[in-house]
Amino acid sequence: MAKQEKQAIDVDRVDKIVARHASREGALLPVLKEVQDLVGYLPEEALKRVALGLGLSLSRVYGVATFYSLFYTTPKGKYVVRVCESAPCHVQGAPEVIAAIERELGVPFGETTPDGRFTLEMVSCLGVCGVAPAVMVEDRVYGNLTPETVIAVLQEYR
Amino acid sequence: MATVKLTVDGVPVEVEAGSTVLKAAEKAGINIPTLCYLEGIHEVGACRVCVVDVGAKALQAACVAPVAEGMKVLTNTPAVRTARKTTVELILSNHPDNCPSCVRNLNCELQALAESLNIRGNRFEGARNEWTPDVSSHSIVRDPNKCILCRRCVSVCEKVQGVQAIGPINRGFNTVIAPAFGELLADSVCVNCGQCILVCPVGALYEKDGIAKTWAALSDPGKHVVVQTAPAVRVALGETQGGEPGEVVTGQMVAGLRRLGFDGVMDTDFTADLTILEEGTELIERLTKGGVLPMITSCSPGWIKFIEHFYPDLLPNLSTCKSPQQMFGALAKTFYAEKKGIDPASIFSVSIMPCTAKKFECERPEMRDSGYQDVDVVLTTRELGRMMKEAGIVLDKLPEEEYDPPMGLTTGAAVIFGATGGVCEAALRTVYEVVTKEPLKDVNFKFCRGLAGVKEAEVDLKGTKVKVAVSHSLSNARKVLDMVRAGNPNGWAFIEVMCCPGGCIGGGGQPIPTNTAIRQKRIDGTYTADERLAIRKSHENPAITAIYKEFLGQPLGHKSHELLHTKYTPRGRYRIRKEKAAD
Repeated sequence: MAKQEKQAIDVDRVDKIVARHASREGALLPVLKEVQDLVGYLPEEALKRVALGLGLSLSRVYGVATFYSLFYTTPKGKYVVRVCESAPCHVQGAPEVIAAIERELGVPFGETTPDGRFTLEMVSCLGVCGVAPAVMVEDRVYGNLTPETVIAVLQEYR
Repeated sequence: MATVKLTVDGVPVEVEAGSTVLKAAEKAGINIPTLCYLEGIHEVGACRVCVVDVGAKALQAACVAPVAEGMKVLTNTPAVRTARKTTVELILSNHPDNCPSCVRNLNCELQALAESLNIRGNRFEGARNEWTPDVSSHSIVRDPNKCILCRRCVSVCEKVQGVQAIGPINRGFNTVIAPAFGELLADSVCVNCGQCILVCPVGALYEKDGIAKTWAALSDPGKHVVVQTAPAVRVALGETQGGEPGEVVTGQMVAGLRRLGFDGVMDTDFTADLTILEEGTELIERLTKGGVLPMITSCSPGWIKFIEHFYPDLLPNLSTCKSPQQMFGALAKTFYAEKKGIDPASIFSVSIMPCTAKKFECERPEMRDSGYQDVDVVLTTRELGRMMKEAGIVLDKLPEEEYDPPMGLTTGAAVIFGATGGVCEAALRTVYEVVTKEPLKDVNFKFCRGLAGVKEAEVDLKGTKVKVAVSHSLSNARKVLDMVRAGNPNGWAFIEVMCCPGGCIGGGGQPIPTNTAIRQKRIDGTYTADERLAIRKSHENPAITAIYKEFLGQPLGHKSHELLHTKYTPRGRYRIRKEKAAD
């Protein structure tokens, strides 16, 4: 991870994103989203360019970047696996699904697999309680999961 | 202005439309407790301590809820009392219980609130955060374990000082107030002003301790311990013992310092007078020989770090004069040592300041022109108050005593350095007479005084017209500096900038509370002290004449340059992280 953090970022492309939004109010969130889409996460260097370009303080920019759970200030895996841990999913068997994922990928939630392929995250609700327990991989949602079917889902991304 | 009629606990009251319920209650003579609220600076309704019943479905935060015609506000119902109590108990459930050893013991808003809400025990036992306190800064200690996340410090740093060194990081229970990337304060753009300390309701922010080193020096028979007192300390020290803000306690403070064991009790005001001679001469030189204008004052170390970070292109505009504290430090281990026949190595130099940034200033590597660290320890007004308390010294019971020579005789011009506009006024008192060679009819330059953010005027030096400006608080400094960057359209030749609101009397090392009303009282005390002094112009101070004759030569002379002037360090907005060597 430390090595990944040091990789150079394309400062010019970050600056271009900032320039496209700079004139409008409330530019910070869309800028951070686009920069993350470009780089994969929000490294320190990128946040400094954003702060400078938008005329905001670094403390403000970093505060926003760490407030929202969909922003990452450390490198994340190629695919983010989000598992719902709210009550409906829980009673429908989420704990077993979670255990199966951790066993399969060999890392606990909150971390990234050593090969950089998967980052595991708990979220409070995916809004699909009707098909609980549910998991989201990148922007695709999978429902009615069991410990067996969730492994099959992960295989699609191997 | 349209008004609104309502009742608060049955008391009818009429207030301006758009007022808050809190303001209406105040007018009705009813006290609503608050915690995160800081008038004019931080009004966000976050802590929910001020909740009241306004007849709505849920209780409303009085500090932000607007009044409405016919509103019936109830501030003391079972629901209100329970809600407030629950909120404070929840805050206390993640707050250390070591009040007796806390720096804010008996001066803590959370402690006072718990007392006033009659909280006796806590129903909530939950997780507690464990953070490592940040002791990296020479000036300010940040202990997030005590932080209640009210964010007043964030607001004052952003809105009043325009620095934005700190902000909330993460969310929910993991939230912490810190510089971006969780960096140390010492590595951030923090200018050490300490305004955050003044507004912190608890003990999460406080000055780096200088008391232990001072006691050690005072009890070391091999040390000759000298002390200097800044202008703004004498109008605030009394508050540490329950006195009125603005009460002038100079003589008792001098007596108290002697009883603490200081060997030489002298005055920063002496070097404030010296600053006027040096800086005034520098201004006249810049005006007549075509130097960089406008020339900006350099007494305030928070301001210096600010310009180094945010306006490094304007560093040539700064006067090269050291601050009075550092001039005193350099002279204590040269001039004073020589005069007293003391080895400068055995001199321990302490300064009492209304300021936390002075602690950083004395550690600057360039502040060693005497061959030693010029000032060894800086104590805030609060710290001196604590030492006196520890030693059982009661100011009221002490006689008024005089400062020691040769750096103890001072003028009214030096005293007013403590208030915003004071340096400008003191400089004008001298520059006018030096340039025109005529005595001033009235030494009071009243346009310099008061709490307006930026004050300006044109002064007629018998034909030569000089435009000057005065600003205090760094958000106002930004306004002035942006004008200078834009080509100085108002044609200012001289600008006084003070870092803290109100000037040094409102400094981050002053007694808590420090608010606008208290600032005004300390300012009033400052001008009273000025009027009480026989000499009110720096160049008429006989001790200043003597030091030039005996030691310094002349203003801006060789020795002055060596000891009394300095240079500055451009710092940039962000620290450039040094990458660790590749493995």
